[in-house]
Amino acid sequence: MSVAALHKVDLKPRDYKSEVNVVWCPGCGYHGILNSIYRALSELGVDSSNLMSISGIGCSSRTPYFIKSYKMHTLHGRAGPVATGAQLARPDLAVLVTGGDGDGYSIGGGHMPHMARKNVNLTYVLYDNHIYGLTKGQYSPTSRPELKAYTTPYGGPDEPLNPLLYMLTYGATYVAQGFAGKPQLCAELIKGALEHKGFSYVHILSQCPTFNNIDTVEYYRDLVKEVPEGHDVTNLGAAMELARREEKDPTPIGLLYQINKPTLDERLAEIVKKVGGHAGYDINKIIDLARP
Amino acid sequence: MAKNDLIIRVAGEGGEGIISTGDFIAAACARAGLEVYTFKTFPAEIRGGYAMYQIRTSPDRVYNQGDTFDVFCAFNGEAYEANKHLLTPGTAFVYDYPGGDFEPDAIPEGVHAYPIPMSKTAKEMKSYRSKNMVAMGALSVLFNISEVTLKQVLTKKFGKKGEEILNFNLQAFEKGRELALALNKTDAWRVADPAPPKDVIVISGNDAAGLGALLGGLEFFAAYPITPATEIAKYVATHLPKLGGTLVQAEDEIASIGQVLGASYAGKRSMTSTSGPGLALMTEMLGMASMSETPVMLVNVQRGGPSTGLPTKHEQSDLFLALHGAHGDAARIVLSVEDVKDCIDMTVDALNLAEEYQSPVILLSDGSLAFSTQTVPRPKPGDFKIVRRKMWDGEGTYKRYAITDDGISPMVDPGTPGGMHIATGLEHTETGAPSFKGEVHEQMLDKRFDKIKPLVDRYHPAEVDGEGEADVGIITWGSTIGVAREAVARLRAEGYKVKGFYPKLMWPMQVAQYEAFGATCKKILVPEVNYQGQLSHFIRAETSLNPIPFTIYSGMPFTPIQMIDKVKEIL
Repeated sequence: MSVAALHKVDLKPRDYKSEVNVVWCPGCGYHGILNSIYRALSELGVDSSNLMSISGIGCSSRTPYFIKSYKMHTLHGRAGPVATGAQLARPDLAVLVTGGDGDGYSIGGGHMPHMARKNVNLTYVLYDNHIYGLTKGQYSPTSRPELKAYTTPYGGPDEPLNPLLYMLTYGATYVAQGFAGKPQLCAELIKGALEHKGFSYVHILSQCPTFNNIDTVEYYRDLVKEVPEGHDVTNLGAAMELARREEKDPTPIGLLYQINKPTLDERLAEIVKKVGGHAGYDINKIIDLARP
Repeated sequence: MAKNDLIIRVAGEGGEGIISTGDFIAAACARAGLEVYTFKTFPAEIRGGYAMYQIRTSPDRVYNQGDTFDVFCAFNGEAYEANKHLLTPGTAFVYDYPGGDFEPDAIPEGVHAYPIPMSKTAKEMKSYRSKNMVAMGALSVLFNISEVTLKQVLTKKFGKKGEEILNFNLQAFEKGRELALALNKTDAWRVADPAPPKDVIVISGNDAAGLGALLGGLEFFAAYPITPATEIAKYVATHLPKLGGTLVQAEDEIASIGQVLGASYAGKRSMTSTSGPGLALMTEMLGMASMSETPVMLVNVQRGGPSTGLPTKHEQSDLFLALHGAHGDAARIVLSVEDVKDCIDMTVDALNLAEEYQSPVILLSDGSLAFSTQTVPRPKPGDFKIVRRKMWDGEGTYKRYAITDDGISPMVDPGTPGGMHIATGLEHTETGAPSFKGEVHEQMLDKRFDKIKPLVDRYHPAEVDGEGEADVGIITWGSTIGVAREAVARLRAEGYKVKGFYPKLMWPMQVAQYEAFGATCKKILVPEVNYQGQLSHFIRAETSLNPIPFTIYSGMPFTPIQMIDKVKEIL
């Protein structure tokens, strides 16, 4: 949501750290992403008690435990709907969803399009390490076929999906990609997402040093390419052109797309306005409609 | 039970105005101070197919759709074929003839036949859509349905569409009356004479659940379309915005219950509605609601299953799923409604219980109630008590899952300084921190189950119908209770020693009450509309009673006579 409207506080990034110890492996890119979140929250002056941090299941879905905020650690793949309900119930608060590639695009894949197209006013940071880490290394919807993993000992049988094209296609109003090896950029993109009114999606590429031995920091360094100067972020076609790629092509990092559209909570409020609804409405009028 | 009521069945092709004919007659009877209970079946297809609407009306309260019809009105040959075996001596038969699409077989001895050229008359009026008005006019003359209140109902309905349309329909209605007046009435069936009007509404079970939600202070509703529950969502979508809220249509049932959980965590009274397939999808999230102690409420309108099953048919076969459909030990509260009035009152109860006990609550309705319209005393908003969740007082350090005397830990709304916490599906300590220690799991499972146990005494006791010792005690649930009430009354009138026991709190089970009832009965019969005898199963599992299951599963509700015959059989 646009956190600009929220009460501002002056906190250092470390002040957003909760008392829970971070459980990720040494060398995991998620440490950097978490620090980027702290930094973005600090720079925006978000009051912890005005933030709802919500996740599903997976390594990245442990994030809420490490952030001082109101938080929910829900079911595998279901952070989106739960966050949608929480956001609609309290449109005055900020909602941050964090999750992984398996959680978001495999088991939770039925929910992603609808958060995007309905323009639910929340920020979704998806940590993509191209593997399931918590279950010890199975291939995910973003894994490359050459990944030999726990359940794909001979390599994967299917092609990875393109999350950026997916989000652009489904109508997300803020689409960005970062790389865990560039924490400064990640912090900027997350900050922009939190400031954006509407569904803001930040895709962050990350290594998994424990289970994914092909998508290494070095691999990503060679793969990523900053969004060119002068790219028009309001041009959907241009954003799609940047996102569209064959396997050997570079993948863009930076802000690809951002437009302003009414959010779901605004559209729902519009319905109430249209019928002239208010809390003091006499319910007897509704009951009497059922008189014979 | 004295036969002071009348049952009229109207049937024909879906789209011929069968449903509106039934609705008009029901409303006219209610306006005339009579009680009404309607029952309908309709095809799962969008258009066409066989549709049936049955109206039972009486000066006294009506508890079910009845044994069979007294009066049958056939709009077409298919309807005739489907019902002709029920044309027994004494019944009255009104049918579209001549000019309809069928000619009946020889009228059986003792059946009172009234041919009315409905289609032909409508054709002459150059509007096929007026066929049902012709039929209604004829029925009103033949069976003493109040002409005055019928015209009032028609005026209310068509007046909005302009004088021309209203007058046209009234003309067709008059034509039907003239046609019937020309016939010689040979039977004695008649709707009771109008009585002083009562302060009632006429509403379907699904609409009633929607109204109950509004009366219960609902703030957030998410749903996914599913037969036969969608009308609840429609009702809420139509009326909740007037009160400042909105309905959200989710992408699936997993999402709708997820949104409800999220909205509830964020402080709103929240619910959803669904049917069996949707409930199956929701079970994982219900476990999360149990584990995270988040209030969530859902109405499950049961239909024929398993799988896609019989979407428009009646069944009471989700009891297993509702009570124990979960992985792990997932505590929940399950209620079940008897009639349309319960759909209002118990939706309020269910919302209250979810908030009070911070637990998932499932309210079971069923396919026959979903579309059954019934006269219900007009609800008065002030009569409904709204129970709010226990909230943190802001003192000391907040612990979301604090161990308390009643097992219920105060909640806090997001945005409150000092109240930050996590709602989690992982087992957790009092603060919400994940813990897999044995003693923590034991302590928290005890907490989640113990907190709902007092409900067995706090909730309305199961109703006991009858006193003293009985040869047969009927225990049943859901809309089958209404059938049992009549069966018990009729059997008693015949001199049999029969009692009834009608639970509405299905879980936690009111075991002591079952036991006490069972102690007064030589035999226990449990009629229910499912194959496995699901309530019988729980009675055997949880009590010392040894019930005789009586299951039917044809997609139709019980009739009183079925139950009466069964009681006589087991005596």
